[in-house]
Amino acid sequence: MPRVTYIQADGQAQEINLEAGSSLMQGAVDNMIDGIVAECGGSCSCATCHCYIDADWVDKIEPAGEMETDLLDCVSEPKDNSRLSCQIKVTDSLDGLVVHLPATQF
Amino acid sequence: MAAKSRCIIIGASHAAAQLAPTLRQQGWTGSISMISNEYSLPYHRPPLSKDYLAGAKNAEQILIRPAAVYNKCGVGITMGVTAATIDRRNKQLQLEDGMTMDYDKLVLTTGARVRKIDIPGVDLDGVFYLRDLNDAQQIKLSTGANKRAVIIGGGYIGLETASALRKLGMQVTVLEAMPRILQRVTAPEVAAFYARIHKEEGVEIVADVQAISISGDKQVESVQCHNGTEYKADLVIIGVGVIPNTALAEQAGLTIDNGIVVDEYARTSDENILAAGDCTSHYNPIYQRHLRLESVQNALDQATVAASTICGNLKPYSALPWFWSDQYDLKLQIAGLSQGYTDVVVRGDIEGSRSFAAFYMREGKLLAVDAVNRPQDFMVGKRLILQGNQIDPGQLADDNLPLKTLLAS
Repeated sequence: MPRVTYIQADGQAQEINLEAGSSLMQGAVDNMIDGIVAECGGSCSCATCHCYIDADWVDKIEPAGEMETDLLDCVSEPKDNSRLSCQIKVTDSLDGLVVHLPATQF
Repeated sequence: MAAKSRCIIIGASHAAAQLAPTLRQQGWTGSISMISNEYSLPYHRPPLSKDYLAGAKNAEQILIRPAAVYNKCGVGITMGVTAATIDRRNKQLQLEDGMTMDYDKLVLTTGARVRKIDIPGVDLDGVFYLRDLNDAQQIKLSTGANKRAVIIGGGYIGLETASALRKLGMQVTVLEAMPRILQRVTAPEVAAFYARIHKEEGVEIVADVQAISISGDKQVESVQCHNGTEYKADLVIIGVGVIPNTALAEQAGLTIDNGIVVDEYARTSDENILAAGDCTSHYNPIYQRHLRLESVQNALDQATVAASTICGNLKPYSALPWFWSDQYDLKLQIAGLSQGYTDVVVRGDIEGSRSFAAFYMREGKLLAVDAVNRPQDFMVGKRLILQGNQIDPGQLADDNLPLKTLLAS
């Protein structure tokens, strides 16, 4: 089970073991991690599961698709490492992944 | 709050799945029980007419949260039981199986049920409504390539179902009683767009036609219309709207007005009974009127407000409604409510392409946006609605001008 660390905007970190094949968003929702709202349940419609991928991991994750890129352009405080966590599938190769959560999803 | 306080949630819905863990996060230390008349943990309903029906997701994949989350939060879930009556004076809930439960806080997340139509033949095998997982499972068993489906109702559910059934290789006809599809919810331009796309995808849409009977021996064979036309059918799906489930609240004597009336803190007319989601009617400060919404966003946001209220942390509900609909390769995102609009401004090629945004205006201000494959227009549109400023329609329509530039800083 890949281990992922979610770090809140205030620095508080939670390490979670996720099912391979699940999404980063679902992992957060399943573990009641604050800061991921995920209104649309993972259909890339709402941009309320925005997160920042830790600099060490950005290159190891498939790049965002067109729809995701467009949504990311409009989230609160977008950065180069912004992603929608519903679009990132957790695999064994992402064991140790670190993601940072924004202060707000709105 | 005493540790032995009891909170009961009725209905294992989107709102319930949000409410239970949020109660824990907000510090509720009492018991939490969820009572459901269904046989599944809370699941995402939107995929029922989309990915679930088309076979892209199974029942487990549409669960909102896995069982482990409810266990971890100490949420007791009773499935397959209907809540019968509420005794407000003694703060007791009676279940249909005869059991009685005491509560300190009760939350009604009972959702909505399908509106039924009363025409001959609706009880034949192969005729379905689509609202819950059981309906979707039954429909799936009746699907098959080259089989014929007739969908009664050209609203979002009907059209999403048409899209899913086309993916399965079925022949699909949609019958709409009003002069056009999506009459209640979109502008004529947007309805015409969807009519064109469905035609391009091989769906036959017939508007202004009333289904008056369904025929067959035991299994459905055809649908008859008021104008004498008849459509062969191996499968009929009826999608003509929903009605809020208010019976329990009515029995309890709570205020009902097109839904269970709640205040901005999700409280009903009894302070110990709250309600959230499709079953409620609430006052929306943005649109300055009472709304009953059929939406995931409303269910989640109102449930979050209800959890805060129960934990003594009053946070008023004030959210811009938003919705989505996936059909074929079209991702429609809707921000706001268009009712009362006087003008529609279209951005992009609505007649020839598969990407545009329609802005619903009233007195120069933006009320709502329908954005198809244009997430940026949706996201910026949301903010423009909330800002409430006068907007130049010419600028809205100018596809070369980034919409963001219209935002007040």
